[in-house]
Amino acid sequence: MSVATEQKLTAKDFITDQEVRWCPGCGDYSILKQVQTVMPELGLKREEIVFVSGIGCSSRFPYYMETYGMHSIHGRATAIASGLKATRPELSVWIVTGDGDSLSIGGNHLIHLLRRNFDVNILLFNNEIYGLTKGQYSPTSPEGQVTKSTPLGSIDHPFNPLALCLGADSTFIARTMDRDPLHLRTILKRAHQHKGTSLVEIYQNCNVFNDGSFEIFTEKATKKLNTVFIENGKPLIFGENNDKGIKLDGLTPVVIDIKDSSANDLWIHDEKDRTKASILTRLFDNPEKENHLPRPFGIFYSEDRITYENALIAQIEDAIKSKGKGDLDALLKGKNIWEI
Amino acid sequence: MNKAQEVKKDVVVLFAGDSGDGIQLVGSQFTSTTALYGNDVSTFPNFPAEIRAPQGTLPGVSGFQLHFGSVEITTSGDACDVLVVMNSAALKANIRQLKQGGIIIANSDGFNPKDLKLAKYPEGVNPLKDGSLEKFKVHEIDITKLTRTCLEGSGMGTKETDRSKNMFVLGFIYWMYNRSLDGTIEFLKEQFKKRPELIDANVKVLKAGYNYGDTTETPMTRYEVKPAPMPKGTYRSITGNQATALALIAASQKAGVTLFYGSYPITPASDILHELSKHKNYGVKTFQAEDEIAAVTSAIGASFGGNLGVTASSGPGIALKAEAIGLALMLELPLVICNIQRGGPSTGLPTKTEQSDLLQALYGRNGESPAVVLAANSPSDCFTMAYEACRIAIEHMTPVFFLSDGYIANGAEPWRFPQAKDLKAISVKYAEKNFSEGEKFLPYKRNEKLARSWAIPGTKGLEHRIGGLEKENETGNISYDPENHEFMTKMRTARIEKIADYIPLQTIDNGKEKGKLLVLGWGSTYGAIRTAVKELIAEGYDVANAHVKYMHPLPKNLGNIVKNFEKVLIPEMNNGQFIKIIRDKFLVDAIGFNKIKGIPFASGEIKNKVIELIGK
Repeated sequence: MSVATEQKLTAKDFITDQEVRWCPGCGDYSILKQVQTVMPELGLKREEIVFVSGIGCSSRFPYYMETYGMHSIHGRATAIASGLKATRPELSVWIVTGDGDSLSIGGNHLIHLLRRNFDVNILLFNNEIYGLTKGQYSPTSPEGQVTKSTPLGSIDHPFNPLALCLGADSTFIARTMDRDPLHLRTILKRAHQHKGTSLVEIYQNCNVFNDGSFEIFTEKATKKLNTVFIENGKPLIFGENNDKGIKLDGLTPVVIDIKDSSANDLWIHDEKDRTKASILTRLFDNPEKENHLPRPFGIFYSEDRITYENALIAQIEDAIKSKGKGDLDALLKGKNIWEI
Repeated sequence: MNKAQEVKKDVVVLFAGDSGDGIQLVGSQFTSTTALYGNDVSTFPNFPAEIRAPQGTLPGVSGFQLHFGSVEITTSGDACDVLVVMNSAALKANIRQLKQGGIIIANSDGFNPKDLKLAKYPEGVNPLKDGSLEKFKVHEIDITKLTRTCLEGSGMGTKETDRSKNMFVLGFIYWMYNRSLDGTIEFLKEQFKKRPELIDANVKVLKAGYNYGDTTETPMTRYEVKPAPMPKGTYRSITGNQATALALIAASQKAGVTLFYGSYPITPASDILHELSKHKNYGVKTFQAEDEIAAVTSAIGASFGGNLGVTASSGPGIALKAEAIGLALMLELPLVICNIQRGGPSTGLPTKTEQSDLLQALYGRNGESPAVVLAANSPSDCFTMAYEACRIAIEHMTPVFFLSDGYIANGAEPWRFPQAKDLKAISVKYAEKNFSEGEKFLPYKRNEKLARSWAIPGTKGLEHRIGGLEKENETGNISYDPENHEFMTKMRTARIEKIADYIPLQTIDNGKEKGKLLVLGWGSTYGAIRTAVKELIAEGYDVANAHVKYMHPLPKNLGNIVKNFEKVLIPEMNNGQFIKIIRDKFLVDAIGFNKIKGIPFASGEIKNKVIELIGK
């Protein structure tokens, strides 16, 4: 740091004077804590950061961040952030949204934001339930889920959020969880570094309306067997003693015993490989299914593509270069005038 | 051959043809040329919603009406003097618009049995031959054949050749009214820069049309319409949508705030997007959003970032934006919402005009949610009022509706355009950190206008959070306190009412300040009302007219004006909307006069209504 007068910020500097009003035990607390912890490490000033949210439990997030923030309307944070980023590209823009906010009412804006590739970060808190409206099923709730609005079980086929986002040509998709602070922080930092839209799906426990929906992935007893943490350049290994691996049989992922195979057989994760990223997103088995594949966590895919705001600025600069900076009187006058 | 010459004060020409016939181009070219010549002019393009409805059919008829003269012209004309028809359907659809004794110029090729059948004339009936048009002067010209002959040997196919038919018509009308071909020739050169063979062909046909007038053996009259005595100055021709786009850029430049325009294509608002996207060198950011909601919310995001966020649509799109407009109102951020009204409800009449979204703009949101509403009264007035919308949005930190409609959005008139330096200043005050250490920034602290300050991200020390939830006075923190909610609701109303101190007082357009009857109008009915009232006054009637442009808040003196008349007549192209406001506000027993046909009022209709109400 060259500026001696600028005090280094700490997590505390990002805490507001507002009382946090999530239910005790909510996964949101952990996510808030990790975001506040990561912020000082990003080399940003507080005033350069904006949190934009929609509606839902997670969308209260901006009130708790000592940065600029907007708690907007249901599903529209992505579109609001697009306008903000288009006009103020220098700001670090973070969207906080939930599975209902981003995948149901705001589904349209989400996919369009992804294809446009604004350089913003989306934190998608997925708890597979509607919390703020008190317990209806969401577009990520598994089939058969019994909720207030589905007493006989949900007949909706759920979204696979990362597959959807990859399908919308997202340039960065990752999955993490509220219960793994270190992993969460690592992913947040990478999301910030990525120039383009970063979509981070965060498995978040709603202990009131959908308690334990991700338990199998987050609790010590079952985590190792049911998750695979992917890292660029490293093989896909998991299991109690890291004794299992995944290899590709053609395009089909297969679980193998590490002892029984050579290291060359294992699937080596490559963040730039779109085809394999697509297969990774499909590692989405119901964990109750026998012989299910583990659920991947980490950065599935990352690609460099021009951001919307840069393309927009480039067009304006080109127009100025070829036509000259606009002169208001010339505009008002137009091409054909006459005197009276 | 010698041709008769006749001097005319004003003329209404209606060009009509199939929607693929290039009628709109003929109309806009004639408009430019005649405006350049110095006539006052007003136009009314009238086209079908279908891009290419089945050829030759009634739904496929596209029209362009143009009224020009050596006198003040304020409407596109009640009935037409000249009807140019390219086919049978065009005649059938428009014949009732033609004055008795009016001229019909008919492309005789468009009256073959097939076209007559498509236009649903009974078997064996051809209006050109059966005497049914004897009240009119009919000139049959085989435009198709003459165009083909003209382009013989050009190597162009029949289909391509036939596309130049409209140039023959244009050339012929130029001859009729003694107009120069130069402007159109220049236009064609520009238009077909990359296909010089098309320049040659179109110019050739244009000239052939002109020469046909000179050489034809048929007795024909040429008309002279002298330039109009308009106020001295420099003029250009402008449509309402162009004027709106220019106003948005002008306001952004004068305020020193970048313009962000979020929009989703919709008739008849899309031309604003087209126009703005041409002017990127003015720093304009246009964003074609995925839907109407993203169009408005992206604009809100831009305004939060310190830019001038603008969105535009027509009624159905505005309905979709309603929730977001409520958000902007709670956030107290500048936002301009242009509604280029069309016939409703639902999809309604996309290409026809109506003034039926006034109540939507005033009340179409949940909760107590007052918004500023302005309305333009003519194509060039779109510039003035859209500019005002931006000024009020920025200076008062509020969403502002700008209402226009299909008639003035697509219609054109001469505009004595202003100079940039003469435009009203727009003062932008961004919040600064002018409080001491330890104190908190208060995002909802208000100035003398009751407006909060614009604290834009990036400003050190002003970090704050805003949102759609009810907020505590000054701090902006979430508050469910009953007293606070009532206070804030009243404050949001008061701050909009306060804007009445910052807008011009209402004036009377024509007539005295007191009298028997006031014709009170708003929006695009201006031209028809003005013409009617001027004529009535000249004929000795005790009548006046005032035209409201600030719909909410209303000018402070409007109540007094209204109460000075025994009767108040409110003509509207809807089922009675502004009348509800006037009755509600001033307890005046105003009389409604409503036209809901998707077409503007004729001044004659208003005249008759006034005479019916006050007699001689």
